[in-house]
Amino acid sequence: MSEAAMPLYEVFIRPKAGLSHKHVGSLHAADDDMALNMARDVYTRRAEGVSIWVVQSKLIAASDPVDKDMLFEPTASKVYRHPTFYDIPEEVGHM
Amino acid sequence: MYAQALDQKDKAPSRIEDPVKLAAFEAHCAADDKIEPKDWMPEAYRRTLVRQVSQHAHSEVIGMQPEGNWVTRAPSLKRKAILISKIQDEAGHGLYLYSAAETLGVSREELNDQLLAGKAKYSSIFNYPTLTWADIGTIGWLVDGAAIMNQIPLCRTSFGPYSRAMIRICKEESFHQRQGYEAVMVLARGTPEQKAMAQDALNRWWWPCLMMFGPPDAVSEHSETSMRWRIKRFSNDALRQKFIDATVPQAHFLGLTIPDPDLRFNEASGHWEIGAIDWDEFKRVLAGEGPCNRQRMKVRRAAHENGAWVREAALAHAEKRARRKQAAALQAAE
Amino acid sequence: MTPTPLLTYTLRLADNALVLGHRLSEWTAHAPTLEEEIALANLALDLVGQARMLYDYAAKIEGKGRREDDFAFLRDDRAFLNVLLVEQPNGDFAATMVRQLFFAAYAQPFYAALAGSKDETLAAIGAKAEKEMAYHLRHAGEWVIRLGDGTEESHARAKAALDDLVIYIDELFEVDAGDRALIEAGIAVDPAKIRPAFDKALGEILDEATLALPKVSHAHRGGREGLHSEHLGPMLAEMQVLHRAHPGAEW
Repeated sequence: MSEAAMPLYEVFIRPKAGLSHKHVGSLHAADDDMALNMARDVYTRRAEGVSIWVVQSKLIAASDPVDKDMLFEPTASKVYRHPTFYDIPEEVGHM
Repeated sequence: MYAQALDQKDKAPSRIEDPVKLAAFEAHCAADDKIEPKDWMPEAYRRTLVRQVSQHAHSEVIGMQPEGNWVTRAPSLKRKAILISKIQDEAGHGLYLYSAAETLGVSREELNDQLLAGKAKYSSIFNYPTLTWADIGTIGWLVDGAAIMNQIPLCRTSFGPYSRAMIRICKEESFHQRQGYEAVMVLARGTPEQKAMAQDALNRWWWPCLMMFGPPDAVSEHSETSMRWRIKRFSNDALRQKFIDATVPQAHFLGLTIPDPDLRFNEASGHWEIGAIDWDEFKRVLAGEGPCNRQRMKVRRAAHENGAWVREAALAHAEKRARRKQAAALQAAE
Repeated sequence: MTPTPLLTYTLRLADNALVLGHRLSEWTAHAPTLEEEIALANLALDLVGQARMLYDYAAKIEGKGRREDDFAFLRDDRAFLNVLLVEQPNGDFAATMVRQLFFAAYAQPFYAALAGSKDETLAAIGAKAEKEMAYHLRHAGEWVIRLGDGTEESHARAKAALDDLVIYIDELFEVDAGDRALIEAGIAVDPAKIRPAFDKALGEILDEATLALPKVSHAHRGGREGLHSEHLGPMLAEMQVLHRAHPGAEW
C-alpha cells in the first residue's frame, strides 16, 4: 500500500533578469512554501536562476494532443503573417 | 547500464494494438520525432519506458550509498565538498527521472514501493562495495564514464520527458567523470601506497563496469523493439566497445594496468579486444546475490521508514494550514 | 606560544562550520525525501565552504605554513574549538532541524554583524556567510514549524529535540577575554548585541510551531576551550582516519 503522496509541483525558473520563466521540471512538496524552497535546492544548484515559480501540476490545464491538428494546423497556411512573405526591393533598405 | 531493464523479458501479455495508430506511432519514431506523455503510444512502449526510466532513477538513488560510504572519511576538505555535491547531483538525477516516469501515470510512491519490495531492479554496479578511497575516484572515472556512454545517446531517445531529463543530467554529470579521473590521477602519481590503492580499485571495478552495459547482443532480449522505437539507440556491445576503446588509453596514461591478461589492440579493426566477461557473476548480482544487494536494500528501506513520520507531518501541517486559510477567508467574507 | 585572540576567534568559527557541515553530510542517502536529500547537501556544502575560507584565513594569521587540511585533519578533539551544539549527533530529523535552527538563528545575525568588521577578510566572509545562514534559518525554521504543528508524533519528537539541545544555546553567546579585546577593536561581533535577534527569530518560529523553549537549569559549555562532549572524538576519528593514515600525502 502506497503512503499518501505529496502533491506534484511544476517548477519554472527565470534564468536571468529580462528573460521569461521557463519550465525546468517537477518535484514533490507538501505545500507551496516547501515547493519553492525545494525548487531552489533542486533546480538552481548551478546558479541557473534569479526567480522561481511553482504551481501544483493538477492546476495546469493542458490542450489535448488529439486536438493538435485542429488547434495548430490552420495557422500553418497563413503565411502572410510572416515578414518574409513580402518582397521589398533591396534599394529600400532594411525594414 | 543504469537501466538494464531493457534486457529483461517483458512478462506482461502483449495487447493487440490498433494497427493504424501503431503505424503512425512507428512512423513518428522513425522520423525521430518525440513522443509526449499524452500522445497515443503502444502499451508495450509505455511499459518499457516506465521500467527503464524508473530503473534508471532507482540506480541513481541506490548509487548514492557506495559513494556515501566515504563522505565522512574524505581525505581533504576539497574532496569532501566535491563528493557531497556529486552525490547530491545523483539525488537530483533520481528526482528528474522519477518525474519523467511520473508523466506516464505512475506515482513516485508506487515506483518506490516497487523498489523496496524488490520488484524493480537497479544497476548491478551498485551492489559492489567501496573498500578504499580510490574506489571513489574510480567510480567517477569508470562508472560515470560508462554511464555517460549510455546517456549521451539517450538524450535523443524518443520519449520527450526522458530525453529532456537526460539532457539536464548529461550537462550536470560532465564534471563527475572528470573529477573521478583527476582523483585517481593524484593517487597514481602519489605515494606507493596511493598508487597501489588506485591499481587495486581498477582491478576490482573494471569487470563489473563492463557488465554494466548488459549481456552481449546475441542474447539480449528486447533490443530490437527498443531500437525501432528509438528508446535505445546503440546495442550493448557497441557501447561497451566504445567504453573500452576510450578507457584503456586513459588507464595507460595513469600508468595503471587493466586487469585482463587477454587485452590486446587489434591493429586491423582499431579496437581493443578483451578477455571473456564472467556473465555468471553478472547474473548472480542481478539476481540479488552480489556482495551488497541485501545491504543496499536494507539501508534504502530504513531511510524510507525513518522518514515516514516526517512526510506525514509535512502533509498534516499543509492540510492544517490550508484549513486555517480557508477559515480566515470565510470569516473575512462574513 | 599561545595563539593570538584573532587566530582563536577564527578557528572557533571554522570549527563550528566544519563540525556542523560534517554532521549534515552524515545524512547522505538517509534523508526523509529525495528533495530533502538535496537540500541537506546544500546546507552541508555551505558550511564546509565557510570552514575552508576560515581555515585558510587562520593559516594566514598563524603564518606557520599550515594549510586548511592541517587544521581539519591533524588536530585532536582537545584542539577543536567548536561549540558543543554543533557536535551533537544527528539523532532523528527533528533533532537535526532543531540543531540547525538554533545554529542558524545565531549565525545569521552573527555573520550579518561580522560583515561590518574592521578585519577585511572576516568582513568578506561574514557578508557571504550571512546570506547562506539566512537560508538555513528559513529551511530549518519551516521544518520545525511543520514538525511542531504536524502530527502528534512529530510534535513529540520536536519537543524532545528542544529538551535535549536547549542546554547548548548559551554557549553560542559566550565571550572570553580574547573576544572582548577583539570586540573593542571593532573586529569581533559582540554576541550580546545579536541575542535579541536570535530570541526573536526563535520565539516566532517556536510560537508558530506550537512549541516552547524549555527552561534551562544549567547551560552546558566548554567546547570553545576544547572541552567537548563524548560525541566529537568518534566523529573526528572517522573524519581524520584516512588523512592521518597517509602522512604528507596529497589528495
